[in-house]
Amino acid sequence: MKKIKCALIGSGNIGTDLMYKVLRSEWLEPVWMVGIDPESEGLARAKKMGLKTTAEGVDGLLPHVEEDGIQIAFDATSAYVHAENSRKLNAKGVMMIDLTPAAIGPLCVPPVNLKEHADKQEMNVNMISCAGQATIPIVNAVAQVQGVEYAEIIASLSSKSIGAGTRANLDEFTYTTSNAIEKVGGAKKGKALAIINPADPPIIMRNTIYCLTEGEPDEVAIRDSVLKMIEQVQKYVPGYKLVNGPTFDGNKVAVFMEVAGLGDYLPKYAGNLDIMTAAATRTAEMFAEEIANGTITLTPVEAA
Amino acid sequence: MSENIILHDMCLRDGMHAKKEQISVEQMVKVAKAMDDAGVPYIQVTHGAGLGGNSLQHGFALASNEEYISAVAEAVKQTIISVLLIPGLGTMKELKSAYDNGARSVHVATHCTEADTSPQHIAFARELGMDTSGFLMMSHLNTPQGLTEQALLMESYGANTVYITDSAGFMLPEDVTEVISRLRAELKPETEIGFHGHHNMALGVSNSVAAIKAGATRIDASVAGLGAGAGNTPLEVLAAVLERMGIPTGLDLFRLMDIAEEIITPMMDHMVRIDRDSLTLGYAGVYSTFLLHAKKAAEKYGLSARDILVELGRKKMIGGQEDMIQDTAMTLAKEKGLLKEAV
Repeated sequence: MKKIKCALIGSGNIGTDLMYKVLRSEWLEPVWMVGIDPESEGLARAKKMGLKTTAEGVDGLLPHVEEDGIQIAFDATSAYVHAENSRKLNAKGVMMIDLTPAAIGPLCVPPVNLKEHADKQEMNVNMISCAGQATIPIVNAVAQVQGVEYAEIIASLSSKSIGAGTRANLDEFTYTTSNAIEKVGGAKKGKALAIINPADPPIIMRNTIYCLTEGEPDEVAIRDSVLKMIEQVQKYVPGYKLVNGPTFDGNKVAVFMEVAGLGDYLPKYAGNLDIMTAAATRTAEMFAEEIANGTITLTPVEAA
Repeated sequence: MSENIILHDMCLRDGMHAKKEQISVEQMVKVAKAMDDAGVPYIQVTHGAGLGGNSLQHGFALASNEEYISAVAEAVKQTIISVLLIPGLGTMKELKSAYDNGARSVHVATHCTEADTSPQHIAFARELGMDTSGFLMMSHLNTPQGLTEQALLMESYGANTVYITDSAGFMLPEDVTEVISRLRAELKPETEIGFHGHHNMALGVSNSVAAIKAGATRIDASVAGLGAGAGNTPLEVLAAVLERMGIPTGLDLFRLMDIAEEIITPMMDHMVRIDRDSLTLGYAGVYSTFLLHAKKAAEKYGLSARDILVELGRKKMIGGQEDMIQDTAMTLAKEKGLLKEAV
């Protein structure tokens, strides 16, 4: 099987972790790593792993897209530059997996709606946020059983795993995640809270999911649905684990999760990196599979 | 030591924690009017967790922040209304809305090592023309050098005041002296320094005095101490001490005593005081707001609140991680055989 060639844009925490995931994929071949800082550790690691690199941003990649046959690009830069990156690459027929909170394309949580996006041949899909990837499957598992009036998620992240971009733009993270709890999770109203904890040794990523159900919660069905969903996520994030719950208090359902990473780039406490990069890899693989067997064909998007 | 000390009352924000967010709009208006008459220059008014605080994590208040702020802003003559904003919970949208309803001062709060999550919010508050403080919570978990670096960041984003915030009531007066002196030496002369204490070890007043002596000019306190844990620094007590020291506060001391006795104390659901659990907060360095959540979880799972609090301190849980109280209690209960394992 011929692998689909990819470019990784952004050489920070997420981009670097992503590289290791894509290198292991049966469907994807990372060819380029794009950064803006020639001294960045991410670019140095990429070079060492045999990728082509540029510190000239997306413009440094564009002249090589055709000759290197790039069909999928991952963007792990920031919400502010994503739209421009996406426009330039879409115009060359490259499909974008967006790991920033820009969310200009449809929101994707693999076990919930990936198939739907692949069928529609989207040219840009957004991976929401690490907290979104870690919690929306659970919200959706509850919403599959009965209506969810309100869902609220709390993500506790280790300070060492949160890069400069996320820190400087925390509101975008909050808005994008809250919106996705509604759009993808299926809650009527969603709210996302993020806590950055500096404890040393670093804390493992924790996520608490609260749902207020419409009417009395069907405890047996909800527990069953949540456990099934956890198994689905574990297929691409083995460290996704239930710690406590589901608990039921009136119509409030609470689920307490932990996400340990694989330790590809940062150590395993940074499960937030893994759940994002693993979801993005899983998404790209689904598209790659369909490109490879001819189900979908990527076509250049004319600039608007 | 500055001649001009500004006392900032926390009853209607930190006090919400001690009331499980159940202070009514009418009660807030009554308290605010009395504070205004007594000459209190700033009062903070929001949900205990600040803007965006209404949530399952932090409880739902009786009214929205906008309702509280606009009602209080309308009722006062000279007092400035402030709000709390913790990035990751509250956003700039909520800050704009608070401003539109009459808030003119804000504490932008981060954990004491995470100041770089606040640049958007501090810059936006300044753009609105608000009196803007950077608020370094759980300050005991960072070194004086580290706190200085964080304070310099907040100053660089535009904060006109930076607070050392003893959220756990853990700091000793000499800790306060050391860090405030260092900040005074390294921040710009026009940047003010604030101190926000909790009374869990009965040091709220002495820590505030130490802060003032080291150069702080803004002190947060609460009339009758109404606030999380064993409460904030009792404002009327501090005002009396400052008068004895010859430091003018511009406050009507006897009126403040009357407010404490006649309005605030009767509002308390439990006596806000140092008991074994709030003392544990101070002793173990745990976020004061965890107190009532831990008591509730203790009752539910048949544990002692003190054991839960000590475990939260050991796990280095910080402000905002209230979900980890139930989680920790369930895990402790499983270890003690009081609760069955999850499926």
